[in-house]
Amino acid sequence: MEDKKSQGIVDRIWNILTSIKLAVVVFTLISVTSIAGTLIQQQVEPERNIKMLTKVFGDSAPAVFKVINAMGFTDMYRSWWFLALLFIFAVNLVICSIDRLPGIWKLAKTPIRPIEPEIFKSMIVRPQIQVKGKLEDTVSSVTAELKKIGFSNVLTDGKSGQIYSEKGRYSRLGVYVTHLSILLIMMGGIEGKFFGFDGYLALPEGGTASSIESRDGSKIPLEFSVRCDDFDVSFYDDTDTPKSYVSNLVVIENNKEVLKKQISVNDPLRYKGVVFYQASYFFNPDNIANSKFKMKVYAQGAGSSQDVSVGLDQSFDVPGTKIKGKVVDYSPAVGIDNKTGELFTYSNQMNNPAAFIEFSEAGKTVHKQWVLKRFPETWKTPFGSIQLLDIWGVQYTGLQVRKDPGVWLVYLGCLFMAVGLYAAFFMSHRRIWVHVAEEKGKTTVTVAGSANKNKIQFDQKIDSLTKSL
Amino acid sequence: MDSSQLFGIATIAYILAMVAYIAYLAFKNSTIGSIATTITIAGFVSHTIAFFVRTAEFLEVGQMGIMRAIPLTNLYESLIFFVWCIILGYLVIEFKYKTKSFGAFITPIAGMTLAFIELSGIHKDIHPLVPALQSNWLLSHVTMSFLAYAAFAISFATAMMYLAVTTEKKKDGAYIFWTTTLGVFITILAAMCIDFFAFKIAASRPESFIKSYLFKATFRSSSGIVVLLSTIGLGAIIYAVYNYGHILKKVITSFNLSKDVLDDLTYKSIAVGFPVFTLGGLIFGAVWADQAWGRYWSWDPKETWSLITWFVYAFFLHARYLRGWKGQKIAIVAVVGFVSTIFTYLGVNLLLTGLHSYGAQ
Ligand code: HEM
Repeated sequence: MEDKKSQGIVDRIWNILTSIKLAVVVFTLISVTSIAGTLIQQQVEPERNIKMLTKVFGDSAPAVFKVINAMGFTDMYRSWWFLALLFIFAVNLVICSIDRLPGIWKLAKTPIRPIEPEIFKSMIVRPQIQVKGKLEDTVSSVTAELKKIGFSNVLTDGKSGQIYSEKGRYSRLGVYVTHLSILLIMMGGIEGKFFGFDGYLALPEGGTASSIESRDGSKIPLEFSVRCDDFDVSFYDDTDTPKSYVSNLVVIENNKEVLKKQISVNDPLRYKGVVFYQASYFFNPDNIANSKFKMKVYAQGAGSSQDVSVGLDQSFDVPGTKIKGKVVDYSPAVGIDNKTGELFTYSNQMNNPAAFIEFSEAGKTVHKQWVLKRFPETWKTPFGSIQLLDIWGVQYTGLQVRKDPGVWLVYLGCLFMAVGLYAAFFMSHRRIWVHVAEEKGKTTVTVAGSANKNKIQFDQKIDSLTKSL
Repeated sequence: MDSSQLFGIATIAYILAMVAYIAYLAFKNSTIGSIATTITIAGFVSHTIAFFVRTAEFLEVGQMGIMRAIPLTNLYESLIFFVWCIILGYLVIEFKYKTKSFGAFITPIAGMTLAFIELSGIHKDIHPLVPALQSNWLLSHVTMSFLAYAAFAISFATAMMYLAVTTEKKKDGAYIFWTTTLGVFITILAAMCIDFFAFKIAASRPESFIKSYLFKATFRSSSGIVVLLSTIGLGAIIYAVYNYGHILKKVITSFNLSKDVLDDLTYKSIAVGFPVFTLGGLIFGAVWADQAWGRYWSWDPKETWSLITWFVYAFFLHARYLRGWKGQKIAIVAVVGFVSTIFTYLGVNLLLTGLHSYGAQ
């Protein structure tokens, strides 16, 4: 230890940064402020937090909110002081590791050697045992037994009469791999923040876009454009429980379709580092002018069918007849009122799309009927069967769009962490020295060894070694 | 037989086992001990079969293949699995350490959790998977998280026992700490019982979200008097545990568990739980969030609480490894870690709002 006075300012800062005390303080600060951040809702309208604060502070809630807000607690995880805490945590981790690494590195690099008799004595783990048989036989049986308990590379030193081996020397570095992994993850996070973007894109069926909207409402241009050909929700049998949301997307670059993919919630589209996630969807009746009712029309008795795609109030021919059909009304979700038997729209999502079709012959209306997409029994009409496939164009797909060039660093960090933790907890550096000597026709065996972790298991292994000798 | 009947059998078995283990401790009769173990194993077998039966039932409803039918998709199923992990962990300890003394502590945790399921009115229906949960990460993320929670629960039990066995005086900080913690746990369970009687019987719709009625009959009541009374109740229970803690201590001491074994078990459970939690809970969770939402970390309350829990256990390991902390100090950290774990698992869902709607029903 150096004298306090002779320490320069650099040394002093270094000492602070290597201290575990600082780590504890930072751990605690991050935890406590994080807890506050989970209690106060983040990035929401002020009213929601004020309402919650009123329960605790009563009338002074708005004032309390003002203070909390000014301190950054309503968008805490992006506030300068929280990022500063994370930064100090990282620096502390680096310096701490650097401070101790050289010593451990040396340990990890230096292979096991025979040891001096005095040191050997201090590391003896079992009382001396005597075995029958010649020295050479004992040496080879000890070697074989060592291999049996997992020491694959057994060395013999004739001069000292030691048979020695070690295992898991590099596991000593596991801790550092773990610490490094935390830094990699943080670096990945920073890279993503500075060189990536994050936004949202709402596309109607048939729509194309070449830019997205960021959180603050500004536009972020893309190097290519995306088109949504179709969006669809499927449901579990007769329920309104959604089974899947899918969008058929097409990437267009230089007027060429370069990629087509159907995305769903856990299966995004990736192109040139930009990823499109299925995030939401909505129904927009304003787009009905551009929409198409897609139907399959089967003429009475005939097996063949015809695909029909018409807009609202447009007519189509029913094949094999002189009848014309026309969609005059529609609903995204038709339900039947149990009491009155009347139809009504029960949701503003396309849960159960339906078209109201008017049939006419020579300009005279002869029949009117609702056709429901999810109920085949409604498809039968006096003039053949009409299956409603889709009301195309009124649904929007909501896509979360992200470019994160740092994500590979985060994944690499995760991998390092898994490896590091495995090494730190489930591996240990075990060293063993067995001294074999022949005295007065008797062969004696003495076992010395050490393990830096999981000593009980090491002990059991040595037990099995000595027993079989 | 359907899965809920089989789970019911397991519940009854664990409660009987709890009684048997306590009787075993009281009479030290090896026949009673064997009976306790047999009942636990029988319960465990029934529990395991129930798990498979529910998977089959799920398969029929979901129709998405076996990998999407593992019943780990809501709070009810996750709690059931948590209990399964605890019992498995306990049986491993019983056979490895050849001691039945922990039975009297672990089976109550299992019984209490199952009682919690009944009391909280969590609904037990099978729901087909919503799109967000249709991921292969669901299985690894959730199973590993619960394995870790179970390991932490065991470390909590051993750490509490350690504290009970080693504290001498009522003025000891450690004594106050463990009796208060136990008091708070008992109060929370009692408050849930009160909720159960106040709402489940009165309410016509028991399936209404727990979130909306949890503690509403006590601490979150609209009546100030009820809140005051509840707080007094909390104080009274804590005081009672504090005052009669020595009786518990005597009981536990009579098991002849060496405190070193308790200390070692606390460390070992955490040394197993921590890497599993890191990999399954944090890393796989992040990867899944990245796949599904496009962000690996959003600081939503569940994620944040996982991180806090992770910090506490990281602190535990550093304190032990670097500072050589042993005994009471480290046991307290283990208890704090588990309190944080419970909050991550249940508190966040029941009390806070966030993205992880999973488990909220
Ligand atoms: C939450 C983040 C952290 C994690 C997950 C972590 C993980 C670990 C693990 C697993 C060990 C090995 C413990 C054992 O074998 O029982 C360890 C040791 C250690 N940690 Fe950390 N650590 C973290 C943060 C820190 C920080 C901020 C510091 C700096 C003060 C630090 C300093 C150390 C040191 C000095 C060792 C001992 C290394 C040696 O034996 O040479 N750790 N860490």
